[in-house]
Amino acid sequence: MLHPTPILKETPSQTAGPYVHIGMTPNFAELRGVYDDPGATMLSEDTKGERIAIVGRVIDGAGAPVADAVIEIWQADAQGSFAGPAARHSNSAPSFTGWGRQAADGDGVFSFQTIKPGAVEGPDGRPQAPHVSLWIVARGINIGLQTRLYFADEAAANEGDYVLNKIMDKRRRQTLIARREEGPVPRYVLDIHLQGEKETVFFDF
Amino acid sequence: MSAIILPGADGSLYQRDMAWHPPAHTPGYKSTTFRAPRHSMLSLGPTKSELSGPTFGHETLGALDNDLIRNFSQDGTEAIGQRLVVYGQVLDENARAVPNTLVEFWQANAGGRYRHKKEGYLAALDPNFGGFGRAITDENGFYSFRTVKPGAYPWPNGGNDWRPAHIHFSVFGHAFAQRLITQMYFEGDPMIWQCPIVGTVPDKAGIEQLIARLDRHNTTPMDALAYRFDIVLRGRRSTMFENRLEGN
Ligand SMILES: [Fe+3]
Repeated sequence: MLHPTPILKETPSQTAGPYVHIGMTPNFAELRGVYDDPGATMLSEDTKGERIAIVGRVIDGAGAPVADAVIEIWQADAQGSFAGPAARHSNSAPSFTGWGRQAADGDGVFSFQTIKPGAVEGPDGRPQAPHVSLWIVARGINIGLQTRLYFADEAAANEGDYVLNKIMDKRRRQTLIARREEGPVPRYVLDIHLQGEKETVFFDF
Repeated sequence: MSAIILPGADGSLYQRDMAWHPPAHTPGYKSTTFRAPRHSMLSLGPTKSELSGPTFGHETLGALDNDLIRNFSQDGTEAIGQRLVVYGQVLDENARAVPNTLVEFWQANAGGRYRHKKEGYLAALDPNFGGFGRAITDENGFYSFRTVKPGAYPWPNGGNDWRPAHIHFSVFGHAFAQRLITQMYFEGDPMIWQCPIVGTVPDKAGIEQLIARLDRHNTTPMDALAYRFDIVLRGRRSTMFENRLEGN
Protein backbone atom coordinates (compact mmCIF):
# COMPACT_ATOMS: atom_id res chain seq x y z
CA MET A 1 0.00 0.00 0.00
CA LEU A 2 1.23 3.49 -0.81
CA HIS A 3 1.44 6.04 1.94
CA PRO A 4 1.25 9.80 1.61
CA THR A 5 4.57 11.49 2.33
CA PRO A 6 4.70 14.25 4.95
CA ILE A 7 4.25 17.72 3.50
CA LEU A 8 4.72 19.74 6.68
CA LYS A 9 7.51 19.57 9.24
CA GLU A 10 6.62 18.79 12.83
CA THR A 11 6.83 21.88 15.05
CA PRO A 12 10.21 21.73 16.81
CA SER A 13 10.14 20.83 20.48
CA GLN A 14 11.29 23.35 23.09
CA THR A 15 12.01 22.76 26.75
CA ALA A 16 9.06 22.93 29.13
CA GLY A 17 11.22 25.28 31.23
CA PRO A 18 11.40 25.69 35.01
CA TYR A 19 7.78 26.82 35.41
CA VAL A 20 6.03 23.93 33.68
CA HIS A 21 4.10 23.25 36.90
CA ILE A 22 2.19 26.52 36.36
CA GLY A 23 0.81 25.37 33.05
CA MET A 24 0.38 21.64 33.61
CA THR A 25 -0.27 21.18 37.34
CA PRO A 26 -1.45 24.65 38.44
CA ASN A 27 -2.92 23.50 41.76
CA PHE A 28 0.34 21.78 42.65
CA ALA A 29 1.95 25.17 41.88
CA GLU A 30 -0.57 26.71 44.34
CA LEU A 31 -2.56 28.42 41.58
CA ARG A 32 -6.01 27.36 42.66
CA GLY A 33 -9.55 28.09 41.62
CA VAL A 34 -9.24 27.99 37.83
CA TYR A 35 -9.45 24.25 37.09
CA ASP A 36 -8.37 20.94 38.59
CA ASP A 37 -4.98 19.54 37.65
CA PRO A 38 -5.57 17.35 34.59
CA GLY A 39 -4.73 13.70 35.07
CA ALA A 40 -4.58 13.93 38.87
CA THR A 41 -7.08 11.07 39.24
CA MET A 42 -7.06 7.98 37.06
CA LEU A 43 -9.34 5.68 39.04
CA SER A 44 -13.00 5.55 39.94
CA GLU A 45 -14.92 3.18 42.24
CA ASP A 46 -15.84 1.11 39.20
CA THR A 47 -12.31 0.60 37.96
CA LYS A 48 -11.51 -3.09 37.67
CA GLY A 49 -8.05 -4.39 38.43
CA GLU A 50 -5.39 -4.53 41.10
CA ARG A 51 -4.84 -1.17 42.78
CA ILE A 52 -1.18 -0.20 42.75
CA ALA A 53 0.97 2.84 43.26
CA ILE A 54 3.75 3.77 40.88
CA VAL A 55 6.41 5.82 42.61
CA GLY A 56 9.87 7.01 41.70
CA ARG A 57 12.32 9.85 41.52
CA VAL A 58 13.68 11.76 38.58
CA ILE A 59 17.44 12.21 39.06
CA ASP A 60 19.97 14.10 36.95
CA GLY A 61 23.50 13.15 35.98
CA ALA A 62 24.94 14.79 39.09
CA GLY A 63 22.61 12.76 41.32
CA ALA A 64 20.43 15.77 42.08
CA PRO A 65 16.62 15.53 42.11
CA VAL A 66 14.80 17.04 39.12
CA ALA A 67 12.28 19.05 41.11
CA ASP A 68 10.71 20.84 38.16
CA ALA A 69 9.70 17.72 36.21
CA VAL A 70 6.25 16.72 35.06
CA ILE A 71 5.62 13.02 34.48
CA GLU A 72 2.74 11.66 32.42
CA ILE A 73 1.74 8.02 32.15
CA TRP A 74 -0.50 6.23 29.66
CA GLN A 75 -1.53 2.62 30.06
CA ALA A 76 -4.05 -0.06 29.23
CA ASP A 77 -6.70 -1.21 31.67
CA ALA A 78 -6.55 -4.55 33.50
CA GLN A 79 -7.89 -6.32 30.39
CA GLY A 80 -5.21 -4.82 28.15
CA SER A 81 -7.57 -2.31 26.48
CA PHE A 82 -7.10 1.42 26.26
CA ALA A 83 -9.87 3.79 27.32
CA GLY A 84 -12.61 3.23 24.77
CA PRO A 85 -13.96 5.54 22.07
CA ALA A 86 -17.50 5.28 23.45
CA ALA A 87 -16.70 7.87 26.07
CA ARG A 88 -14.89 10.18 23.68
CA HIS A 89 -17.23 13.15 23.91
CA SER A 90 -19.06 11.99 26.95
CA ASN A 91 -19.22 13.89 30.17
CA SER A 92 -19.07 10.69 32.19
CA ALA A 93 -15.46 9.73 32.64
CA PRO A 94 -14.70 6.15 31.75
CA SER A 95 -14.18 4.03 34.82
CA PHE A 96 -10.46 4.15 34.14
CA THR A 97 -8.84 7.01 32.24
CA GLY A 98 -5.51 5.31 31.45
CA TRP A 99 -3.78 8.68 31.61
CA GLY A 100 -2.17 10.36 34.57
CA ARG A 101 -0.05 13.43 35.14
CA GLN A 102 1.94 14.28 38.27
CA ALA A 103 4.46 16.93 39.20
CA ALA A 104 7.76 15.93 40.75
CA ASP A 105 8.12 17.40 44.24
CA GLY A 106 11.16 19.11 45.74
CA ASP A 107 12.93 15.74 46.01
CA GLY A 108 12.13 14.80 42.41
CA VAL A 109 9.58 12.26 43.69
CA PHE A 110 6.39 11.42 41.79
CA SER A 111 3.54 9.07 42.61
CA PHE A 112 0.54 7.70 40.68
CA GLN A 113 -2.45 5.78 42.02
CA THR A 114 -3.48 3.39 39.28
CA ILE A 115 -4.10 -0.26 38.43
CA LYS A 116 -1.81 -2.89 37.07
CA PRO A 117 -2.34 -3.01 33.29
CA GLY A 118 -3.08 -6.12 31.27
CA ALA A 119 -1.03 -7.21 28.29
CA VAL A 120 -1.35 -5.33 24.98
CA GLU A 121 -0.67 -6.90 21.61
CA GLY A 122 2.76 -6.13 20.18
CA PRO A 123 3.80 -5.42 16.59
CA ASP A 124 4.81 -9.07 16.21
CA GLY A 125 1.27 -10.18 17.07
CA ARG A 126 2.34 -11.54 20.43
CA PRO A 127 1.35 -9.95 23.74
CA GLN A 128 3.74 -7.35 25.10
CA ALA A 129 4.57 -7.67 28.77
CA PRO A 130 2.36 -5.46 30.96
CA HIS A 131 3.84 -1.99 30.93
CA VAL A 132 3.13 1.69 31.47
CA SER A 133 4.28 4.38 29.02
CA LEU A 134 6.03 7.37 30.61
CA TRP A 135 6.77 10.84 29.27
CA ILE A 136 9.00 13.24 31.18
CA VAL A 137 9.53 16.97 30.68
CA ALA A 138 11.47 19.56 32.71
CA ARG A 139 13.86 22.47 32.44
CA GLY A 140 16.95 21.25 30.60
CA ILE A 141 15.04 18.56 28.68
CA ASN A 142 14.80 19.75 25.07
CA ILE A 143 12.32 17.13 23.92
CA GLY A 144 9.95 15.09 26.09
CA LEU A 145 11.55 11.79 27.09
CA GLN A 146 9.60 8.64 26.31
CA THR A 147 10.23 5.53 28.32
CA ARG A 148 8.37 2.58 29.85
CA LEU A 149 7.85 0.95 33.20
CA TYR A 150 7.71 -2.84 33.44
CA PHE A 151 6.88 -4.96 36.48
CA ALA A 152 9.50 -7.06 38.30
CA ASP A 153 6.93 -9.76 39.15
CA GLU A 154 6.26 -10.36 35.42
CA ALA A 155 9.68 -11.88 34.76
CA ALA A 156 8.47 -14.46 32.21
CA ALA A 157 6.48 -11.91 30.21
CA ASN A 158 9.35 -9.41 30.39
CA GLU A 159 11.68 -12.07 29.00
CA GLY A 160 9.58 -12.28 25.81
CA ASP A 161 8.68 -8.60 25.49
CA TYR A 162 9.07 -7.07 22.02
CA VAL A 163 10.37 -3.71 23.23
CA LEU A 164 12.63 -4.95 26.03
CA ASN A 165 14.24 -7.36 23.60
CA LYS A 166 15.15 -4.47 21.30
CA ILE A 167 17.51 -3.19 24.02
CA MET A 168 20.74 -4.89 23.00
CA ASP A 169 22.62 -4.31 26.26
CA LYS A 170 20.64 -6.61 28.56
CA ARG A 171 21.85 -4.80 31.68
CA ARG A 172 20.13 -1.64 30.51
CA ARG A 173 16.75 -3.43 30.35
CA GLN A 174 16.84 -3.34 34.15
CA THR A 175 16.48 0.45 34.06
CA LEU A 176 12.82 -0.05 33.04
CA ILE A 177 11.81 -2.72 35.55
CA ALA A 178 10.09 -1.50 38.70
CA ARG A 179 10.53 -3.45 41.91
CA ARG A 180 7.44 -4.40 43.88
CA GLU A 181 7.02 -3.40 47.52
CA GLU A 182 4.14 -5.00 49.41
CA GLY A 183 1.71 -2.92 51.44
CA PRO A 184 -2.03 -2.19 51.73
CA VAL A 185 -1.62 -0.93 48.16
CA PRO A 186 1.42 -2.55 46.52
CA ARG A 187 3.97 -0.06 45.24
CA TYR A 188 6.09 -0.38 42.14
CA VAL A 189 9.23 1.70 42.47
CA LEU A 190 11.27 2.96 39.54
CA ASP A 191 13.75 5.82 39.47
CA ILE A 192 14.33 7.71 36.24
CA HIS A 193 18.00 8.55 35.69
CA LEU A 194 18.39 11.18 33.01
CA GLN A 195 22.11 10.55 32.72
CA GLY A 196 24.98 8.61 34.29
CA GLU A 197 25.79 4.99 34.99
CA LYS A 198 22.15 4.04 35.57
CA GLU A 199 20.80 6.13 32.70
CA THR A 200 17.24 5.06 31.84
CA VAL A 201 16.61 3.75 28.34
CA PHE A 202 14.63 6.37 26.40
CA PHE A 203 12.79 5.63 23.17
CA ASP A 204 12.08 7.39 19.92
CA PHE A 205 8.77 5.62 19.31
CA MET B 1 -11.76 11.20 28.01
CA SER B 2 -10.91 8.18 25.92
CA ALA B 3 -8.76 7.01 23.09
CA ILE B 4 -8.50 6.38 19.44
CA ILE B 5 -6.85 3.06 18.88
CA LEU B 6 -5.27 2.36 15.58
CA PRO B 7 -3.96 -0.99 14.46
CA GLY B 8 -0.30 -1.79 13.91
CA ALA B 9 1.80 -0.73 10.99
CA ASP B 10 -0.78 0.87 8.72
CA GLY B 11 -1.95 3.33 11.34
CA SER B 12 1.56 4.15 12.36
CA LEU B 13 3.23 7.56 12.57
CA TYR B 14 5.95 9.02 10.44
CA GLN B 15 9.26 8.62 12.18
CA ARG B 16 10.26 11.74 14.06
CA ASP B 17 12.93 13.79 12.28
CA MET B 18 15.20 14.13 15.30
CA ALA B 19 17.57 16.44 13.37
CA TRP B 20 14.71 18.97 13.17
CA HIS B 21 14.33 18.98 16.97
CA PRO B 22 16.96 20.22 19.42
CA PRO B 23 19.54 17.60 20.37
CA ALA B 24 19.47 16.52 24.02
CA HIS B 25 22.72 18.25 24.96
CA THR B 26 22.97 21.88 23.87
CA PRO B 27 25.91 23.55 25.67
CA GLY B 28 24.53 27.07 25.11
CA TYR B 29 21.56 26.11 27.27
CA LYS B 30 23.39 25.05 30.40
CA SER B 31 20.52 23.24 32.12
CA THR B 32 20.94 20.43 29.60
CA THR B 33 24.43 19.59 30.93
CA PHE B 34 23.28 17.14 33.60
CA ARG B 35 19.82 16.49 32.22
CA ALA B 36 20.57 15.34 28.68
CA PRO B 37 20.67 11.56 28.26
CA ARG B 38 24.05 10.56 26.84
CA HIS B 39 22.85 7.40 25.15
CA SER B 40 21.03 7.79 21.85
CA MET B 41 17.31 7.23 22.02
CA LEU B 42 16.34 3.74 20.93
CA SER B 43 14.39 4.18 17.69
CA LEU B 44 11.42 1.81 17.46
CA GLY B 45 8.17 2.15 15.62
CA PRO B 46 5.25 2.94 17.89
CA THR B 47 3.19 0.03 19.20
CA LYS B 48 -0.48 0.14 20.17
CA SER B 49 0.60 1.68 23.46
CA GLU B 50 2.04 4.75 21.72
CA LEU B 51 -0.51 4.95 18.88
CA SER B 52 -3.34 5.38 21.35
CA GLY B 53 -3.63 8.33 23.67
CA PRO B 54 -5.96 10.27 25.94
CA THR B 55 -8.52 12.67 24.49
CA PHE B 56 -10.57 15.29 26.25
CA GLY B 57 -14.14 16.46 25.77
CA HIS B 58 -15.07 20.11 25.21
CA GLU B 59 -17.43 19.88 28.18
CA THR B 60 -14.47 19.49 30.53
CA LEU B 61 -13.53 23.13 29.92
CA GLY B 62 -14.76 26.03 31.99
CA ALA B 63 -15.95 29.23 30.31
CA LEU B 64 -12.80 31.17 31.26
CA ASP B 65 -10.22 28.43 30.73
CA ASN B 66 -9.02 30.13 27.53
CA ASP B 67 -9.24 33.69 28.86
CA LEU B 68 -6.03 34.55 30.71
CA ILE B 69 -7.17 38.16 30.96
CA ARG B 70 -9.93 37.10 33.35
CA ASN B 71 -9.43 33.51 34.53
CA PHE B 72 -7.33 34.39 37.59
CA SER B 73 -8.97 37.70 38.41
CA GLN B 74 -9.30 38.16 42.16
CA ASP B 75 -11.76 41.05 42.15
CA GLY B 76 -13.16 41.23 38.63
CA THR B 77 -10.29 43.40 37.41
CA GLU B 78 -8.71 42.34 34.14
CA ALA B 79 -5.01 41.52 33.76
CA ILE B 80 -2.59 44.35 32.99
CA GLY B 81 -0.80 44.39 29.65
CA GLN B 82 -1.20 44.54 25.92
CA ARG B 83 -4.33 42.58 25.08
CA LEU B 84 -3.95 39.73 22.59
CA VAL B 85 -5.91 37.00 20.93
CA VAL B 86 -3.61 34.07 20.16
CA TYR B 87 -5.06 31.47 17.83
CA GLY B 88 -4.02 28.88 15.34
CA GLN B 89 -4.60 25.51 13.81
CA VAL B 90 -3.24 22.20 15.01
CA LEU B 91 -2.32 20.11 11.97
CA ASP B 92 -0.43 16.94 11.32
CA GLU B 93 2.43 16.43 8.89
CA ASN B 94 -0.11 15.54 6.19
CA ALA B 95 -1.62 19.04 6.68
CA ARG B 96 -4.78 17.52 8.07
CA ALA B 97 -6.50 19.30 10.93
CA VAL B 98 -6.26 17.70 14.38
CA PRO B 99 -9.68 18.28 15.98
CA ASN B 100 -10.69 17.82 19.61
CA THR B 101 -7.24 17.88 21.09
CA LEU B 102 -6.19 19.59 24.30
CA VAL B 103 -3.83 22.57 24.03
CA GLU B 104 -2.40 24.04 27.24
CA PHE B 105 -0.39 27.26 27.55
CA TRP B 106 1.47 29.19 30.24
CA GLN B 107 3.46 32.40 30.30
CA ALA B 108 4.96 35.27 32.26
CA ASN B 109 2.92 38.41 32.89
CA ALA B 110 3.34 41.69 31.00
CA GLY B 111 6.39 42.54 33.10
CA GLY B 112 8.09 39.20 32.42
CA ARG B 113 7.31 37.69 35.85
CA TYR B 114 5.89 34.19 36.40
CA ARG B 115 3.53 33.48 39.26
CA HIS B 116 5.77 30.81 40.78
CA LYS B 117 7.26 30.58 44.25
CA LYS B 118 10.75 29.92 42.89
CA GLU B 119 10.62 32.91 40.54
CA GLY B 120 12.85 35.69 41.82
CA TYR B 121 12.70 38.31 39.06
CA LEU B 122 12.04 41.75 40.50
CA ALA B 123 9.32 42.67 38.00
CA ALA B 124 5.98 43.10 39.75
CA LEU B 125 3.30 40.41 40.01
CA ASP B 126 -0.12 41.29 38.65
CA PRO B 127 -2.62 40.13 41.29
CA ASN B 128 -5.17 39.39 38.56
CA PHE B 129 -2.95 37.34 36.25
CA GLY B 130 -2.25 33.63 36.77
CA GLY B 131 -0.58 32.99 33.44
CA PHE B 132 -2.09 29.68 32.37
CA GLY B 133 -5.05 28.32 30.45
CA ARG B 134 -6.22 25.68 28.02
CA ALA B 135 -8.41 25.09 25.00
CA ILE B 136 -9.61 22.16 22.92
CA THR B 137 -9.36 22.41 19.15
CA ASP B 138 -12.61 22.61 17.18
CA GLU B 139 -13.64 20.30 14.32
CA ASN B 140 -11.19 22.15 12.04
CA GLY B 141 -8.29 21.98 14.46
CA PHE B 142 -8.47 25.61 15.63
CA TYR B 143 -7.81 26.82 19.17
CA SER B 144 -7.82 30.35 20.52
CA PHE B 145 -7.31 32.22 23.76
CA ARG B 146 -7.16 35.74 25.12
CA THR B 147 -4.14 36.90 27.06
CA VAL B 148 -1.74 39.78 27.56
CA LYS B 149 1.60 39.95 25.83
CA PRO B 150 4.27 38.44 28.08
CA GLY B 151 7.34 40.50 28.87
CA ALA B 152 10.92 39.46 28.13
CA TYR B 153 12.80 38.33 31.23
CA PRO B 154 16.39 37.70 32.33
CA TRP B 155 17.48 34.25 33.45
CA PRO B 156 20.59 32.76 34.99
CA ASN B 157 22.35 30.97 32.15
CA GLY B 158 25.18 33.13 30.86
CA GLY B 159 25.86 36.35 32.69
CA ASN B 160 23.07 38.38 31.11
CA ASP B 161 20.77 36.16 29.08
CA TRP B 162 17.22 37.28 28.34
CA ARG B 163 14.31 35.24 27.08
CA PRO B 164 12.34 36.84 24.25
CA ALA B 165 8.62 37.24 24.90
CA HIS B 166 7.17 33.73 24.59
CA ILE B 167 4.27 31.47 25.47
CA HIS B 168 4.78 27.82 26.40
CA PHE B 169 2.50 25.27 24.68
CA SER B 170 1.64 21.65 25.43
CA VAL B 171 -0.28 19.67 22.80
CA PHE B 172 -1.61 16.11 22.90
CA GLY B 173 -2.72 14.99 19.46
CA HIS B 174 -4.44 11.61 19.41
CA ALA B 175 -1.48 9.32 20.01
CA PHE B 176 0.79 9.39 23.05
CA ALA B 177 3.78 9.44 20.67
CA GLN B 178 2.50 12.76 19.21
CA ARG B 179 2.88 14.49 22.58
CA LEU B 180 4.68 17.81 22.13
CA ILE B 181 5.82 20.76 24.21
CA THR B 182 7.11 23.88 22.53
CA GLN B 183 7.29 27.67 22.80
CA MET B 184 5.77 30.43 20.69
CA TYR B 185 7.56 33.70 19.89
CA PHE B 186 6.34 36.99 18.41
CA GLU B 187 6.99 38.17 14.86
CA GLY B 188 9.56 40.92 14.58
CA ASP B 189 11.13 40.44 18.02
CA PRO B 190 14.92 40.93 17.73
CA MET B 191 15.38 39.07 21.04
CA ILE B 192 14.48 35.78 19.35
CA TRP B 193 17.81 35.51 17.58
CA GLN B 194 20.01 35.93 20.66
CA CYS B 195 18.25 33.41 22.89
CA PRO B 196 20.17 30.23 23.85
CA ILE B 197 16.93 28.24 24.19
CA VAL B 198 15.67 29.31 20.76
CA GLY B 199 19.17 28.46 19.55
CA THR B 200 18.78 24.82 20.56
CA VAL B 201 16.66 24.37 17.40
CA PRO B 202 19.21 23.48 14.73
CA ASP B 203 17.55 24.86 11.60
CA LYS B 204 16.56 28.50 10.99
CA ALA B 205 13.42 27.30 9.20
CA GLY B 206 12.56 25.32 12.34
CA ILE B 207 12.90 28.46 14.46
CA GLU B 208 10.65 30.34 12.05
CA GLN B 209 7.99 27.70 12.66
CA LEU B 210 7.95 28.88 16.29
CA ILE B 211 7.22 32.52 15.45
CA ALA B 212 3.59 33.62 15.55
CA ARG B 213 2.52 36.09 12.85
CA LEU B 214 0.73 39.34 13.62
CA ASP B 215 -2.72 38.98 12.04
CA ARG B 216 -4.29 42.37 11.43
CA HIS B 217 -7.45 40.83 9.98
CA ASN B 218 -8.32 39.14 13.24
CA THR B 219 -7.71 42.01 15.61
CA THR B 220 -10.61 42.71 17.91
CA PRO B 221 -11.25 46.40 17.07
CA MET B 222 -10.52 48.77 19.94
CA ASP B 223 -9.58 45.78 22.10
CA ALA B 224 -6.91 43.21 21.18
CA LEU B 225 -4.24 42.43 18.58
CA ALA B 226 -4.22 38.94 17.08
CA TYR B 227 -1.30 36.55 16.57
CA ARG B 228 -1.58 33.29 14.67
CA PHE B 229 0.46 30.26 15.72
CA ASP B 230 -0.10 26.97 13.88
CA ILE B 231 1.27 23.77 15.41
CA VAL B 232 2.22 20.66 13.45
CA LEU B 233 2.16 17.23 15.10
CA ARG B 234 3.51 13.96 13.76
CA GLY B 235 1.36 12.56 10.97
CA ARG B 236 -0.07 9.12 10.46
CA ARG B 237 1.21 7.03 7.62
CA SER B 238 -2.22 5.79 6.58
CA THR B 239 -5.45 7.39 5.47
CA MET B 240 -7.45 4.22 5.73
CA PHE B 241 -9.42 5.17 8.82
CA GLU B 242 -10.14 8.75 7.85
CA ASN B 243 -13.87 8.29 7.54
CA ARG B 244 -14.26 5.97 10.45
CA LEU B 245 -12.38 7.75 13.18
CA GLU B 246 -12.33 11.44 13.76
CA GLY B 247 -8.91 12.93 13.93
CA ASN B 248 -7.04 10.12 12.25
FE1 LIG C 1 9.28 30.80 29.94
